[in-house]
Amino acid sequence: MIEHDDLGKAARAGGSARRTYPFAEPPELRSSAVTQHPVVIAGGGPVGLATALELARHGVRSVVLEKRDTVGNGSRAICWAKRTLEICDRLGTAERMRERGVTWSVGRVYAGPSPEPVFSFDLLPDKAQKFPAFVNLQQYYAEEYLIDQLSEQPEAELRWQSEVVHVDSARDGVMVTVRTPAGAYQLYCEYLIAADGQRSTIRGMLALDLEGRGFEDPFLLVDVKMKASFPPESRFWFDPPFNPGQTASLHKQADDVWRLDFQLGRGVDRAQALAPEHVEAKVRGFLGSEADFAYEWVSLHTFQCRRMARFVHGRVIFAGDAAHVVPPFGARGANGGLQDVDNFGWKLALILRGLAPGSLLDSYDAERGYAADESLLSSTRSADFMTPQGAASRAFRDAVLDLSQDFGFARRIVNTGRLSVPCTLDGSPLNTEDQEKFSRRHRPGAVCRDAPVVIDGVEGWFLERLGGQFVGILFTDEGDIGAADYSALEGRPIPVGSLTVKPPGASGKGVVIDRDGLLYRHYDARPGTYYLVRPDQHVAGRWRRFERGKVEAALARATGRQTESRRSPEGG
Amino acid sequence: MNVAGGLRNSLGIEDPDGFYASLIGLHEGLTAEESDAVNAKLILLMANHIGDRRVLDEILARVASD
Repeated sequence: MIEHDDLGKAARAGGSARRTYPFAEPPELRSSAVTQHPVVIAGGGPVGLATALELARHGVRSVVLEKRDTVGNGSRAICWAKRTLEICDRLGTAERMRERGVTWSVGRVYAGPSPEPVFSFDLLPDKAQKFPAFVNLQQYYAEEYLIDQLSEQPEAELRWQSEVVHVDSARDGVMVTVRTPAGAYQLYCEYLIAADGQRSTIRGMLALDLEGRGFEDPFLLVDVKMKASFPPESRFWFDPPFNPGQTASLHKQADDVWRLDFQLGRGVDRAQALAPEHVEAKVRGFLGSEADFAYEWVSLHTFQCRRMARFVHGRVIFAGDAAHVVPPFGARGANGGLQDVDNFGWKLALILRGLAPGSLLDSYDAERGYAADESLLSSTRSADFMTPQGAASRAFRDAVLDLSQDFGFARRIVNTGRLSVPCTLDGSPLNTEDQEKFSRRHRPGAVCRDAPVVIDGVEGWFLERLGGQFVGILFTDEGDIGAADYSALEGRPIPVGSLTVKPPGASGKGVVIDRDGLLYRHYDARPGTYYLVRPDQHVAGRWRRFERGKVEAALARATGRQTESRRSPEGG
Repeated sequence: MNVAGGLRNSLGIEDPDGFYASLIGLHEGLTAEESDAVNAKLILLMANHIGDRRVLDEILARVASD
């Protein structure tokens, strides 16, 4: 979101003081030599920190430059989606996020004065997965956990109070000028990751811009700390008595912090909206005049739906809010940013190790651009429903809400934000399309779905067995069909791990037992079915029978080493 | 329980978010009178497509009771 403002000292004093991190004088300041780095990351938010961790997992060194001396002030991003938790699980922070955060999957929508919801929904009908639909947690916790993980990674270096003030982009790398309290210095890197947020200074330095649409209606975001007995659900109101004619929402976070979000209506003066007495009136109108609470964070924002036309500019890669900005209600900001990292991390590692051409990054632009477009379209539609522009739009909106009490179809049209689900990368140049009949769910480009498994008698989750490198999954109900041929892919320069999945009740050493038969169902698998899965757990290709030549061709395609005879990607 | 009488309760519209966006898009930049005219034509076309007089009467009754 854009345009943050603090309420002032009252809000800041309430905000939990986060740990600060010391400035350490880098070696560059003691020497005139310019140091060389494979990757420099501008921005120490969730996207920048996750990038460093993801690259370290692939053995790639990086330096993170963060201009402040602490994590983000205020709660900021709070709804971490299942896909993000799956990604963070590989980075080593998901369990801590879940432990500290508030797990929820139920949402309720209210309209008018009625205390009964117009309808409720469950975002995770399939509970047989390791992670829930959402964990609500203040962004600073998510960042602190990533920082803790990074401190154990010798490949990653985090430099505080280090601000990128100039970039000089060349054909084979980028010269980065860094300002610190002890002076300025330069770093040379093969790739620069611009993870410096929606107001990205690097975007400005390269004279690039975000394109898209902004909405006028301002929203007041207030995080308060209080003891309350509200259930841990997402609640959304249209036209409630405490905010007539407008919307409001409520989310629970860790440490008894609650996020209140009030639509203010057009033409509201910003300064007036943020005046302490106005904020107080809004909050008390909602919580009651007797409510006992303390401010954590106050901010004003308007809906923004914008993206850069391209995310890769020579050796500079834009990710997260620097590349695309969406309104907060779909939980698509930080969640989208982490999927960016998950997408380009393995590609960059392959390129830096000389195993894939630099052009593989074009697929990051195509795939995450497609995902950003999907998010932007969804967010724009939600914003149009929540803040109808014009009388006709408002009349239809109100008619939908009215009908939604009696008609199921209308409830499906009510739009309070279509919450973040992972994008299926349809039309990606890395996909090898189906040549045999399969159900569409796990088509090439889709992200793998989790399910409970048993391996050597130990219960676990399917997704824990995937990720980091390419994996071939062979579904079988007997001995190892063509096992020699199949495992021979393991020792290649770009290795393909092998997993054998057997139906419930089967056995075998190191074999994945599909405990409840869900994998066979989700993946439309029959004995002999083989899936090639990318390091980011997206399906690269699938076949009814393992054929080495076909799998190798798909691997070449998925790593940008073979691109002939393809239509251009739909989303590119 | 079918609170909606004989009318279809479950979602019958394909890609409802996309349809809704198109519907709202129809009215973009129109005056109130133009919007009313568009809606009138919409209703007549949809009613003719439904055709069944019992269904149409039920819809009319449902809206009149509000």
